[in-house]
Amino acid sequence: MSTTSTSQKLISAAELAQARSARYATRKRINQIALTLSLAAMAFGVFWLVWILWETLRLGLGGLSLTLFTEMTPPPNEAGGLANALFGSFTMVMLSTFIGTPVGILAGIYLAEYGKQGWLAPATRFVNDILLSAPSIVIGLFVYTVVVAYFKSFSGWAGVLALALIVVPVVIRTTENMLLLVPASLREAAYALGAPKWKVISLVTLRAARTGVITGVLLAVARIAGETAPLLFTALNNQFWNGDLSKPMASLPVTIFKFAMSPYENWQQLAWAAVFLITVAVLGLNILARVLTRQK
Amino acid sequence: MADRLFAWLARGAALLTLAMLLGILISLLVGAWPSISQYGLGFLTRSVWDPVQNEYGGLVMIYGTLATSAIALLIAVPVSFGIALFLTELSPAWLKRPLGTAIELLAAVPSIVYGMWGLMVFGPLLASWVQQPLQSLFKGVPYLGALVSGPPVGIGILSAGIILAIMIIPFIAAVMRDVFEVTPALLKESAYGLGSTTWEVVWKVVLPYTKTGVLGGIMLGLGRALGETMAVTFVIGNMNQLNSLSVFEAANSITSALANEFAEAGEGLHQASLIYLGLVLFFITFVVLALSKLLLNRLQKGEGARA
Repeated sequence: MSTTSTSQKLISAAELAQARSARYATRKRINQIALTLSLAAMAFGVFWLVWILWETLRLGLGGLSLTLFTEMTPPPNEAGGLANALFGSFTMVMLSTFIGTPVGILAGIYLAEYGKQGWLAPATRFVNDILLSAPSIVIGLFVYTVVVAYFKSFSGWAGVLALALIVVPVVIRTTENMLLLVPASLREAAYALGAPKWKVISLVTLRAARTGVITGVLLAVARIAGETAPLLFTALNNQFWNGDLSKPMASLPVTIFKFAMSPYENWQQLAWAAVFLITVAVLGLNILARVLTRQK
Repeated sequence: MADRLFAWLARGAALLTLAMLLGILISLLVGAWPSISQYGLGFLTRSVWDPVQNEYGGLVMIYGTLATSAIALLIAVPVSFGIALFLTELSPAWLKRPLGTAIELLAAVPSIVYGMWGLMVFGPLLASWVQQPLQSLFKGVPYLGALVSGPPVGIGILSAGIILAIMIIPFIAAVMRDVFEVTPALLKESAYGLGSTTWEVVWKVVLPYTKTGVLGGIMLGLGRALGETMAVTFVIGNMNQLNSLSVFEAANSITSALANEFAEAGEGLHQASLIYLGLVLFFITFVVLALSKLLLNRLQKGEGARA
C-alpha cells in the first residue's frame, strides 16, 4: 500500500519537473521574442530619423548655393533664390519671440512663485498644457478671424501674432519648471536680507534659472521656425522682397509648401534646399538647447 | 508698490493664457456661426462639399482625420512601447542617452519636412513596394480588394497614417519612458527576485503600475495626430470623396481642407463652414488632450500618495 503511493508520488514529481521546465522554456522564449521586438522597435524609430535626415541632406545639398541668399523666389522654370522667404521667416520669428517671451516668462513666474493657492494657477497650468499641443492651424484660424478679417488684409503682423501665440505656452512651461528647480534656501536668504519679492524673483531666482529659461526660448524658436500652418492664412506669401509688416510676407515653410506641391522642377529643387536649411536650423537649436541644460 | 505692480503683471500674463483659450473658442464660434445656423449638428454627418453649389458638410474631412489618426495609433503605440521598454530595461547605460536624444530629435523635425519627405520619397516607394503587390494579391477578392484599390501613386489615408505614426512615436515613447522610470525599483527588484523574466516584470509589474500614465501618453500622441496639418496635407491627396473605403484612395482631413482651401475661400458660407471644421477639430483635440492631462496628473498624484 505504502509502496504504490510512493511510486505514484515519484512519477508525478517527475512529470511536475518536466512540466515546470517546459513552462520555464516557454517563459524564456516569450521573453526573448518580446525583447527582440523591443530592439526592433528601437531600430525602427532610429531608422526613420536617419532616413529622413539622409534624404534631406542628399536632396537639399544639391540645391545649396550662394544665390539662395541673394535672389528672390522665382517664377516657374526660372533661376532664383529664397532671399525674401529667408528674410520674412527671420523677421517674423524674431519679432514673435520678442513679443511672446516676456509674456511667457511672466506667466511662468506667476505659476512658480505666486500661484501657491487659488484657482488661477492650476487652471492656467491645465490650459497651457493643452495649448502646448493644440493644433497650430487653429491658432492660424483664430488670428485670421481676429486680425486679418478685421483689417481685411493678410499681413506680416498677423503672422507674427500667430507665431507669438505658439511661443507663449512653450516658454511658460520651461520657465515654471526651471524656477521650481531653484532651491528655496536661495529665496529665503534673499528675503532675509530684506529684499522685496519682485527683486528676489528678478535678481535671484530668475537669474539662477537663467540657462533653463534661455533653453526654453531656444526651443520655442526652433518650434516656430518650422511652423507652416499658422502662417498659411495670416502672413500668406509674397513673391517679392517685402520689409513692410502690414503687407503679406513670405516665409520659408509656406514657400516650401507652395513649391513642393508644384510640378516645376526648379521650384521643387528650391523647396528641398529650404527644407535642408530649416532642418539644420531647427536641429541645431535643439542640440544647442540640450548642451546648455546639460552643462547645468 | 513695485512689488504689487510686478505681481499684477505676472498675474496678468497668466490670465492672458486663459483668455487665449476663451478667445480661440469665441472667435471660432462667431466665425462659424453662418454655417452652424444653416446646418446645425447635421453638418457633422453630411458628406457633400461643393463650393460651386455652396453646399457643405464635414463628414469626409472628419472621417479622414479620424481614420488617419487611428492608423497612426495602431502603428505608433506598439512601437513606442517597444522603444520605451528598450530604453528603460534593455539598453546598456552608455546607449541610453544618445538613443533617447535621437528619438527626441525625431519629435523636433518640423512637420513640413515630414510632409515633403512623405510626398517625394516615401509615397512612391509605398506605391511600388506595398500597394501594387497588395493589389495584385487581392485582385478580385471582395472587401480586401476594395480596401487596397486606387491609383498606385502612394497618396492617401494609409500614407498619411504612416507618416503621422512616425511623427507621434517620439511623443508617446518619451512619455512612456518617463512613466516607466517612476516605477519604484523595489517593486521591479521584488519581481526579479521571484524569478520573473524581464518581459514579465514589464508586462505584469511596470505596465499595471503605470497604466494611467501610458494611457495619458497615448492620448497626447492622438491629440498631436488629430491636429497635425502639413505632413497630412502633403500626402493625403485632398479629394473630397467617400466613394471608396480604400486606404490608398486620396481623401481629405480637417486640417488639410483648411490648409488648402481657407486662404482662397470667399467670405460667407464656404469660409464659415471651414471655420466650423476648425471648431470641430479644436473641440475633439481639446477633449483628447484634457483627458491625457488628467490621466498623467492622476499618476503623479498616486505617486505622491505612495511615497
